[in-house]
Amino acid sequence: MRANVGYIVGLAALAACAAIVHAGPNGGTISGKVTYEGTPAKQKPIDMSKEPSCAKQHATPITTETVVTGPSNALDNVVVYVSAGAPDDNPPGQAAKFEQKGCQYIPHVLAFQVNQSLEISNADQTSHNIHPLPKVNREWNKSQPPGSAPIVDKYDKPEFIPVKCNIHPWMHGNFAVLKNSHYAVTEGEGGFSLAGLPPGKYTITAWHESYGDQSQDVTISGSETKTVNFTFKAKPY
Amino acid sequence: MRTQNTLKLFLGIAALFVMPLVVSAQEGESHIGKLSGHTGAGKQLYFRYCWGCHGYRGDGNGENAPYLNILPRNFVAATFKCRSTPTGTLPTDTDLYNSLGRGFNNSNMPSWIELTDQNRADLVAFIKTFSPRWKTDKAGDLIKVPAEPKLTVESIKHGGELFQKLECWKCHGQEGRGDGPSASTLTDSNDQPIRPYNFAAGSRFKCGSTNEDLYKIFITGLDGTPMPSFADVIKSEEAWDLVHFLRTLQVTHKSPELALWGSTKDGAEQIASRRITGTPTGSGIKQ
Repeated sequence: MRANVGYIVGLAALAACAAIVHAGPNGGTISGKVTYEGTPAKQKPIDMSKEPSCAKQHATPITTETVVTGPSNALDNVVVYVSAGAPDDNPPGQAAKFEQKGCQYIPHVLAFQVNQSLEISNADQTSHNIHPLPKVNREWNKSQPPGSAPIVDKYDKPEFIPVKCNIHPWMHGNFAVLKNSHYAVTEGEGGFSLAGLPPGKYTITAWHESYGDQSQDVTISGSETKTVNFTFKAKPY
Repeated sequence: MRTQNTLKLFLGIAALFVMPLVVSAQEGESHIGKLSGHTGAGKQLYFRYCWGCHGYRGDGNGENAPYLNILPRNFVAATFKCRSTPTGTLPTDTDLYNSLGRGFNNSNMPSWIELTDQNRADLVAFIKTFSPRWKTDKAGDLIKVPAEPKLTVESIKHGGELFQKLECWKCHGQEGRGDGPSASTLTDSNDQPIRPYNFAAGSRFKCGSTNEDLYKIFITGLDGTPMPSFADVIKSEEAWDLVHFLRTLQVTHKSPELALWGSTKDGAEQIASRRITGTPTGSGIKQ
C-alpha cells in the first residue's frame, strides 16, 4: 500500500515536471530520475582530528561521499550526459568552480566541458594540495596554502578524473570533463533534465563514481519531452 | 580487369606517399646539447638493459616489476618526476638524459653512467616512442633558477618558518624524517604506498644533490607522487631560504648550511640532539 502511494506521488511529480519542461522554448527535453536498488555501502565517518581547523567546522563528523542517496532510493552525484548524437560544443565563458572548504570538496562531483576554465579555490585555514589523477589528460599536482589565489586550469580531452589531496587523505572528489553542454548532476531527489535538444537520436549515459555507467538510446522528434530513468544496482561493500 | 589494375596502381602510389609518413613518425630523435639520439639505436639498448623492469611495452610491467618496491616508471603515461619544466608538462630531453645518468635515490633505478653519452641519448629517443603525448605536446617552458643569494642565519630561520607555513611537515615531519602525520597515508598515482623524503638519512635528493636541484623540486613538484608544485605560491627568495633550511635537516651530510647553523647556539643544540638516530648512511656517522 505504502509503495503504491509512493508510486502515485512519483508519477504525479513526473507529470508536473514534464508539464513545466514542455513549456520550454525550442527543442526536445530528456528528463528522468536516477535511483538505486539494493543496499548501498554505509558511508564511514571521517576522522579529521589531525586537522583541527577543519574538524571544528563540522558540528557532527561528516562521512565519506562515495555513495550519496536521497529520499525514495534517489541516487545523487550521478552525471547524466549526452554521450553520442550531439555535436561537440564550444566551452562556455564562465568558469567551473571547485572549492575546498572544511577539508571537503564542494561540489563532490564537478561536471564541466572540455577546454572550459576550471577555478579551484581554498577557503580553509590549512594548505591543500590539489592532485587530479587523469589517465588521458596531463597530470599535475599543485600546493594551495590558505589565502592564495585560485588555481585556474582546463582539460583538453573528455575524461572522468578522480581528485585527491595527499595531505588530507580523506578528501576525494571527481571532475567530469564532457564534450558538450547537455549534462546534469543529480542531487537531492535524483532528478535530471536535459533541455534544448534538437530532433535526433541520442545516447544518454549516467555515470556514478562507485557504480560505473549505464547508457540508453532516445529519439527526440520536435519539442517533446522523453522520460529516461536509470537504476543502479547498489553494492553493500 | 583493367579497373582492378588501375586500383592496384593507385593503391601502390598511395602507399608510397604514406610510407615515409609512418617511418618518420617512428624515427624519433632526442637532442641533448650537441648530442642527437636515435630511436633505432635506442631500441636495441632498451631491449638489452631496460625492459626487464620497464617492460616490453614500456608500461613499467617488466618481469622484475613485481619484486620492486618503487614500481618502475610507466613510459606510456609520460609522467616524470625529475623535470626542469612546470607540473603537468613533459620534461626536456636533457631532463631524461640526466635522470638516466643519475639514477634514482632510494629506488631500484641505478645510475647508467657506464653507458656512453651517445647510448643514453639514444635511449631517451626510444623512451619517447612509448607515449603519443610526445607527438602532440612539447616540453614545458624551462624553469628559471635565479642565482642563489648569500647564505645567512636569517635565511635559515626564515626557511624554517616557511617549512611550518607551507605545512611541509605534514608529510616530511618536523625534523624532516619523512614521518609527518600524513606520511603513512601517502600513495603515488598508481595507488602504491610511497614515503616522503627523509632528510636525516642522506644527502642525495630524488632529482640531484645540489642546492639548485632542491630548488627545482619545489617549483616543478614531483609529478606522479604526492609532492606538489609550489610554483604559484612561493617567491624565488623564499624558495632559496627553504633550501638553506632543509640542508640543516640533513644532519649526516656536511654542508655550509649545516656548519653555519651549528655555529649558532640554538642550531648546535638542535643538531646534537638529532644526530644519533635515523638511518645512518652519511659519512658523518661514527660506527
